[in-house]
Amino acid sequence: MPRTLFAKIWDAHCVATTPGGADLIAIDRVFLHERTGAAALNGMAAAGRPVVDPARVFAVMDHIVDTRPGRSDATLMPGGQAFITETRAAAHAAGIFLIDVTDRDQGIVHVISPELGIVLPGVTLVAPDSHTCTQGAFGALAWGIGSSEAEHAMATGMLRLERSRTMRVTFSGALAPGVTAKDMALALIARHGAGGGAGQVIEFAGAAVSALDMEARMTLCNMATEFGAMTGIIAPDDKTFAWLVGRRYAPAGFAEPHWATLRSDPHAVFDQELALDAGSIAPMVSWGTSPEQSIPVDAAVPSGPARAHEYIGLTPGQALAGTRIDAAFIGSCTNARLSDLRRAAAVLRGKRIAPSIRKALVVPGSMAVRRAAEAEGLDKVFEAAGFEWRMSGCSLCFYAGGEGFAPGSRVISSTNRNFEGRQGPGIRTHIASPETVAASAIAGCIADPRPLLAQVAA
Amino acid sequence: MTPFVTLTSIAAPLLRDNVDTDAIIPSREMRSTGRTGLADGLFAPWRYRDVDARAPDPEFVLNRGQFAAAQILLGGANFGCGSSREHAVWALAEWGIRCVIAEDFAPIFRNNCIRNGVLPIELPHSEVARFSGRIITVDLPAQTIRDGVRTLVFAIGAEAKAMLVEGLDAIDHTHKQRSDYEAWLATDRVVRPWVYLEHRS
Repeated sequence: MPRTLFAKIWDAHCVATTPGGADLIAIDRVFLHERTGAAALNGMAAAGRPVVDPARVFAVMDHIVDTRPGRSDATLMPGGQAFITETRAAAHAAGIFLIDVTDRDQGIVHVISPELGIVLPGVTLVAPDSHTCTQGAFGALAWGIGSSEAEHAMATGMLRLERSRTMRVTFSGALAPGVTAKDMALALIARHGAGGGAGQVIEFAGAAVSALDMEARMTLCNMATEFGAMTGIIAPDDKTFAWLVGRRYAPAGFAEPHWATLRSDPHAVFDQELALDAGSIAPMVSWGTSPEQSIPVDAAVPSGPARAHEYIGLTPGQALAGTRIDAAFIGSCTNARLSDLRRAAAVLRGKRIAPSIRKALVVPGSMAVRRAAEAEGLDKVFEAAGFEWRMSGCSLCFYAGGEGFAPGSRVISSTNRNFEGRQGPGIRTHIASPETVAASAIAGCIADPRPLLAQVAA
Repeated sequence: MTPFVTLTSIAAPLLRDNVDTDAIIPSREMRSTGRTGLADGLFAPWRYRDVDARAPDPEFVLNRGQFAAAQILLGGANFGCGSSREHAVWALAEWGIRCVIAEDFAPIFRNNCIRNGVLPIELPHSEVARFSGRIITVDLPAQTIRDGVRTLVFAIGAEAKAMLVEGLDAIDHTHKQRSDYEAWLATDRVVRPWVYLEHRS
């Protein structure tokens, strides 16, 4: 019987079935960060439960670390330092590998896991972080869990799970110039709702997905949680295998015969199928307080929930483009890899951000991304344009009580969530691609990146 | 974990769609690495007119007198979306919520509820809304909700039900099948040796 990619990974990891009908699924990799990791490790220590295989558990400091150069354990979040020091102590005590604040490999968990070859095709990988779905881009079954589930995975090597339903989202055709994986994700969520994924495992497929490079595939899978999915996954191909060559924890080529079997069989049946024409997608920007409230940058604000209009301060019928912004943010596990920074820098090269922009940050997804960007001179492009060039971390994707935007700011952001208060109390967030953020920062208002990109190309 | 058998409480309506975990407990309210001390920050952006001064907004549902001791919360679609932070469920439970009835839940939030003895029930929006402000009895073994007029049946997976009704510790429960894991591991190490890493530190 033909099987989906999901079914192949699930079946290969199914250790046993419980009397209640759940499956015990073996977990190959656990990744922790300092925001939720200490709670899990301390919980296990308190219960006297050791980590069953510490060699396959990793931890990194990313969520609340300072991103200003010269940083240390000190963080701008009140009380934040304890998260760092307690996670460090707990990681050392448990014998798991920690990538610390000032390590060369430090970065956002979902950026460094692929960089180091920790995620691999066909593995199960969990982390107490909703954007773990990012790593499904490598053909892994990777998903976010809570702290208790993280304890469970570390203490037993397994999770108790009801078998997920499956959805395939097929993007046919080809993206137009200036349109990116971020826009694909927002277009999907806008059309089918923030709960449209309904807890399912979503395989992204089709010509437009195959055409994406690995970093763009990560961006697409990253937003699966914003679609209400358990996770997203893309069948590994030659791009995937090539990307993993030489990564520290990735095996030499001999795993490729196994990896090549990791694809849905031709007649595999999914519980649900959706299809979108990639060619019809425009650069997308959120207008409201949920990622589902996103529209093409050149469209008018539709009529949505009154709360959303009230919070964001935009009325139905008004143009979204031209809305004045106060700040710009390029960063996060969604859009802070080298290709993201290259595309944003291409828009910004030789230009200045509008004088009305009070804060503009570029926070690379990892220190490796930062070094690679500096080797190409991208840092100089950003700084000349008026952006601050930071060390890696999650930074202002969310507000933890430390560094923030000025009260009342409207922010154009390459991140994943435009929830009320996500970037600070009263802060109004518009999520978009890095090139749309860059174009908007130059204009001082929400702006379509395509005219500027056309200039660059000419 | 406290077993969940039956629960009778007034049902507090928060019938918005896409209530996210940043709203349930904002990042800035997660001030310690532990699992406690979170009830004060529950729904902070909506519950307080002035968050810093902790000045309550009398309009917010949990601030209204009749709901001050509510143990059942009613929600809209995609309840608990966003961040995986289990703090959202810890905050709800610490405040006193033991059951959330909503159109549907974000998957991580739903699992977090079950691991903390909080019962997530999915029902169509119209059914959820009819419980607003009523005293209802949730009977998990029978999978029913009674509101004095009618009895509604709800669905829940056998595994989740057993975990909640028996108040099981999932880790202890899974450890009973450790020998199955050892056997699986012995085979998998041969099939996928590249998954297994050397100890490094």
